[in-house]
Amino acid sequence: MTFPSQVLAILWKDIRCELRSKQTWISMGLFALLVLVIFNFAFDLRVDNKAAIAPGALWVAFVFASLLGLGRTIATEQEKGSMDRLMLCPVDRKAIYLAKLLGNMLFIGVVEIVALPIFAVLFNVPLFTGELLPIVLLGTLGIASIGTLFSAIAAATQAREMLLPILVFPLIIPVVIGAVRATGTLMVPSINEPPWLGLMAAFDVIFLSISMLMFEYVIEE
Amino acid sequence: MSAPYLEIKGLKKTYSLKPILRGIDCVLDQGERMVLLGANGAGKTTLLRILACLTKPGAGTVRIGGLDIVREAQHVRHLIGFVGHQPNLYDELTALENLLFFGRMYSVRQVREQAVKLLQQVGLARRAGERVGTLSRGQIQRLSLARALLHSPRLLLLDEPDAGLDDEGIELLEELLREHAERGGTTLFTTHNFERAVKFSDKICMLGGGRVVYQQATSGLEPVGVRQAYQEALR
Amino acid sequence: MALVKRETSVEQGEAKAGTKRQETGFPVVSAILGTLSLIGMMVSIWMIFLYAPTDAIQGEPQRIFYFHVPMAWLGMLGFVVVAIAGIGYLMRKDERWDWAARASAELGAFFITLALITGSIWGKTIWGTWWTWDARLTTTLILWFIYIGYLMLRSYMGRTPASARAGAVLAIIGIIDVPIIYESVNWWRTLHPAAQVGVQGALPSSVVLTLMVSLTTFTLLYSFLMIQLYQLQRAQTLAQQLRASIE
Repeated sequence: MTFPSQVLAILWKDIRCELRSKQTWISMGLFALLVLVIFNFAFDLRVDNKAAIAPGALWVAFVFASLLGLGRTIATEQEKGSMDRLMLCPVDRKAIYLAKLLGNMLFIGVVEIVALPIFAVLFNVPLFTGELLPIVLLGTLGIASIGTLFSAIAAATQAREMLLPILVFPLIIPVVIGAVRATGTLMVPSINEPPWLGLMAAFDVIFLSISMLMFEYVIEE
Repeated sequence: MSAPYLEIKGLKKTYSLKPILRGIDCVLDQGERMVLLGANGAGKTTLLRILACLTKPGAGTVRIGGLDIVREAQHVRHLIGFVGHQPNLYDELTALENLLFFGRMYSVRQVREQAVKLLQQVGLARRAGERVGTLSRGQIQRLSLARALLHSPRLLLLDEPDAGLDDEGIELLEELLREHAERGGTTLFTTHNFERAVKFSDKICMLGGGRVVYQQATSGLEPVGVRQAYQEALR
Repeated sequence: MALVKRETSVEQGEAKAGTKRQETGFPVVSAILGTLSLIGMMVSIWMIFLYAPTDAIQGEPQRIFYFHVPMAWLGMLGFVVVAIAGIGYLMRKDERWDWAARASAELGAFFITLALITGSIWGKTIWGTWWTWDARLTTTLILWFIYIGYLMLRSYMGRTPASARAGAVLAIIGIIDVPIIYESVNWWRTLHPAAQVGVQGALPSSVVLTLMVSLTTFTLLYSFLMIQLYQLQRAQTLAQQLRASIE
């Protein structure tokens, strides 16, 4: 079986299992909504300063929702503490990583699709521009590429819910800065803005490759 | 004299600083069936997991079909069919979907036909469209066997394959093992039942405290004698 | 009945080969490094407080610079060593690489904490606030978080090969990320110009000399402490193995 078809086979299997068990994506969608509602009360968004806070609020909501989902996709593979059923197969471990990565991005994507329109409504912010898509894509890819690798690491420990954010947050800071600034520039254009999309793209390429290579060291016993 | 199909030399393994295997030497020729006996904790499951490439040896070498299991793990995985304590199936998928998925992972050709054929062989043809989570223990064990046989492995590694099976299931297991051996396949299995140990195997290997304490051809042995040797070796 | 002897041939061979590898040479190197560090410290302190000129703008508090820079340098160096030791472990699977990684992680975390504290104090004397989102200080803080994450991870996972591999992966990702983090914070800072902790302009040669001496001394100290902590890691591993074999 070719590498891409291995990735798709695992991804499709994950999607089917997830749809039938209904555990992860419903809670993630609800979580994103809750965060946005809380932000509405936490931040006093008068017309003049909302542009400063809205991008940050949006991306914090995405990051927290991602962390929730990241733990789940690896956890569902671990039936009673081991990934034996997948590890027995002669499937390239890099393909497993990519399949898990795409699965994570799909779940986070569901959250984003739910959250963005609500966000636009709650904060009265025009977000339906085509330029938002690359920002959201690159940002999500950055968070997910690091997050997928570290969810496999944290899954082996008892305190995985606590450890995963501690490990992932510092490492994804360039992506968060870039995504927030790029989103902010969309809402309020400014000159002499550094090439945030370029930074995010470089980050994604580098860490996707490295995480893919390192993944097998982390899941093999 | 051709090289043995399975060759284990000086195999050691430590888990959490506790030595589980302390130097195992063992060979199996192609087509042979060996039963692994020993008390719980003697290292049988660990040995099988290492052979199934689920975990790496701590020290020593293992060759399966001439391939080193550490350096050529991905090739070795194609040759192995493993049934462990866990069913290694996906609860949310149906029996057929499980086999199709694993068939694809092993690049099995004409995977749908193979899967349907195996489901019939293990008596689960009518349950093909049911989720594994709804199947009984015995049915899950049979499906696990089907999964292990799907890609026509050369070496079967079975950790207590008779667990959870009723009499009909045991007969089915015996038939599958016989067919596998007739096709030239090699088998290594564990069991707690001495009658089956003698009946299904050509060689007996007993583990105690992480070492091989007894190795003998099965022909001419009685279950009672084996039980005695087992108890003596453990003293 | 073909009962095989209790002790396998493998174990007999090992018993004859004698006890495990000795680490020779360390006591000598350690003594040399220790002595050099001590001398270096005395020289450095003299130079920092008496030889180096007083800064025209910042006054006496500027002398923190001679401590802060080497500590930040060691914090970075420490993490680079953890990453290199991690790569070594992944390639060689020899647990001695992991001992070096853990030793350097502990040392580096210690020095980077001091770097943060000295940087914060320095900022207070210049700008009156305990913290500024200056690019270097911020990156130091983020590196501190990565160190803490590393130490927590190793602590949770114990002394297993899986733990060593996980640590190696974290260190490798971390060390590649740090320059990117620095750049992104730098870019972000140009939009939020804030107080900067540092020394501006061309530096007179006496300042450069003092800084170099201080850097060298601290690096010697780091090497000396590395050997001690490495030995400690080795002792801890052996102790755990002994305890496990008794149970």
